[in-house]
Amino acid sequence: MYAQLVETGVKRVKSLDEMSPEERNFQEKIDAEIKIEAKNWMPEAYRQTLIRQISQHAHSEIVGMLPEGNWVTRAPSLKRKLQLMAKIQDEAGHGLYLYSAMETLGADRDEEIAKLHSGKAKYSSIFNYPTLSWADMGAVGWLVDGAAIVNQVVLQRTSYGPYSRAMIRICKEESFHQRQGYELLLTMMRHGTQAQKDMVQDAINRLWWPSLMMFGPSDEHSPNSAQSMAWKIKRQTNDELRQRFIDQTVPQLELLGCTAPDPHLKWNEARGHYDFGEIQWDEFYEVIKGNGPCNLERVATRRKAIEDGAWVREAAVAYARKQQNKNAA
Amino acid sequence: MHTETLIPYLLLLGDTALVQGQRLCEWCGHAPAIEEELALMNVGLDLVGQARNWLEYAAELLDDGRDADALAMRRDERAYRNLLLVEQPNGDFAVTMTKQFFYDAWHYAVLQGLAASSDERIAGIAAKALKEVTYHLRRSGEWVQRLGGGTDESRRRMLDAIPALWRFTVELTAGSENEVRLAEAGIAADPRSVGAAWLKQVTAIFDSVQLPLPKAASHFYLDSRKGLHTEHLGLLLAEMQFLPRAYPDATW
Repeated sequence: MYAQLVETGVKRVKSLDEMSPEERNFQEKIDAEIKIEAKNWMPEAYRQTLIRQISQHAHSEIVGMLPEGNWVTRAPSLKRKLQLMAKIQDEAGHGLYLYSAMETLGADRDEEIAKLHSGKAKYSSIFNYPTLSWADMGAVGWLVDGAAIVNQVVLQRTSYGPYSRAMIRICKEESFHQRQGYELLLTMMRHGTQAQKDMVQDAINRLWWPSLMMFGPSDEHSPNSAQSMAWKIKRQTNDELRQRFIDQTVPQLELLGCTAPDPHLKWNEARGHYDFGEIQWDEFYEVIKGNGPCNLERVATRRKAIEDGAWVREAAVAYARKQQNKNAA
Repeated sequence: MHTETLIPYLLLLGDTALVQGQRLCEWCGHAPAIEEELALMNVGLDLVGQARNWLEYAAELLDDGRDADALAMRRDERAYRNLLLVEQPNGDFAVTMTKQFFYDAWHYAVLQGLAASSDERIAGIAAKALKEVTYHLRRSGEWVQRLGGGTDESRRRMLDAIPALWRFTVELTAGSENEVRLAEAGIAADPRSVGAAWLKQVTAIFDSVQLPLPKAASHFYLDSRKGLHTEHLGLLLAEMQFLPRAYPDATW
């Protein structure tokens, strides 16, 4: 999930008879699974929540390019280099596409990006972890894109039309990234040397728990979930999605011949699900607060890129204006 | 047959595309706008894809057990045949786009010639690449115009970038005897007409925004066709080749 702890600004979900006629009409549309479009009336809190969620998602796509950029110059073969470059290109495209969806709500891309650079806006906690070996490129594709897809498949049915349509398109590309990431790891495990196999297991050891954290806090500590669920911005709870991700990932982990760094991970016949150990929530909240291993570097890199590029964007605007004046004359 | 002369030519095409693609990878996450993140990576992707095609062909002709990956990842700088221009550091966006434009203008003219090559394999690779490079050239030419004709600052940066790169353009306007022979056999693009087309293209874009065109560059000592590179290539390769060099028995 690329959006975590999205604030709704709402303390308690209203019942239909507490709502104004406009609000009631809006909620009834949502209950009837009719998509909300940009020009439709919507409660201000719904609009602001969506802006926060979609911008967080867009920021995650853009910041998420950085841990991959760390290895794209060191990809070990032409095929792997091409795959990673294509993935990064897709992510830039997803970012642009999501910022556009966000702008249909009246938000401004530059303003939202400024919030990212000032630390006010968030992006997925996972991108604050370093990528320390080539196997991380596989593990990120498999686990991180895998966790994102579990969330995004559900978001294809989210109530806001432009966001829902963005998700449909993005899901197709991310499924492809996930398969590529898994294939990268499988190649290293099946045909690689012992050093490569160790690299894969080490990548999983480091990225397993942070991937589970991508789904956000457990339901009992997720104060905004109820309203987001009522608005169908969210369609399933954090814990439901996390469980689904674990259930579908463990068999893939076994096929790789690797293990998870969780002694409590075990199939529970009665529940029909895997049981798993306690997530280190202290670590999660520290990373969210800005104290993760790469928070400072990620934000500084993005800020520097946009600041250093100011003269380029100004030149493009100035040149376009001169051309317009020339054509008008 | 022309195998002996063709191999270095394929390496010139493949290595140049690969090194330029590698330099574009370095921009990941640092571009001046998200649209440019997408475009820089997209152009790089085209180039690395083309490099793979040329190096695969070179590897087949070499027939010494090496494949395209081995050529890319296990050769030292003295064996690399990329143009000196593309191994230069990215610098700021003005340097990057000037470099890209000089390369694209050459690349476009070369591929136009190669699309009519009597070697069908070459003609096929070139025809596909030409579609991609047509877009690359349009894009980099437009950036040279925007930066050259944009603000005082962007123009100043262009005026710094051009002389820093200009000396390497000698390799774009003068090919080797080897290339002339291949061109006369109908296989390669004629370096003389490539040089003329390059100068015409660069002059047109520079004139459109009153960027002064320096005097023709002259040859001095360094020569990529002999594997005599600037110091920058070694570091670029050290990074790019790190994994296959550190884990020689690995399968990726």
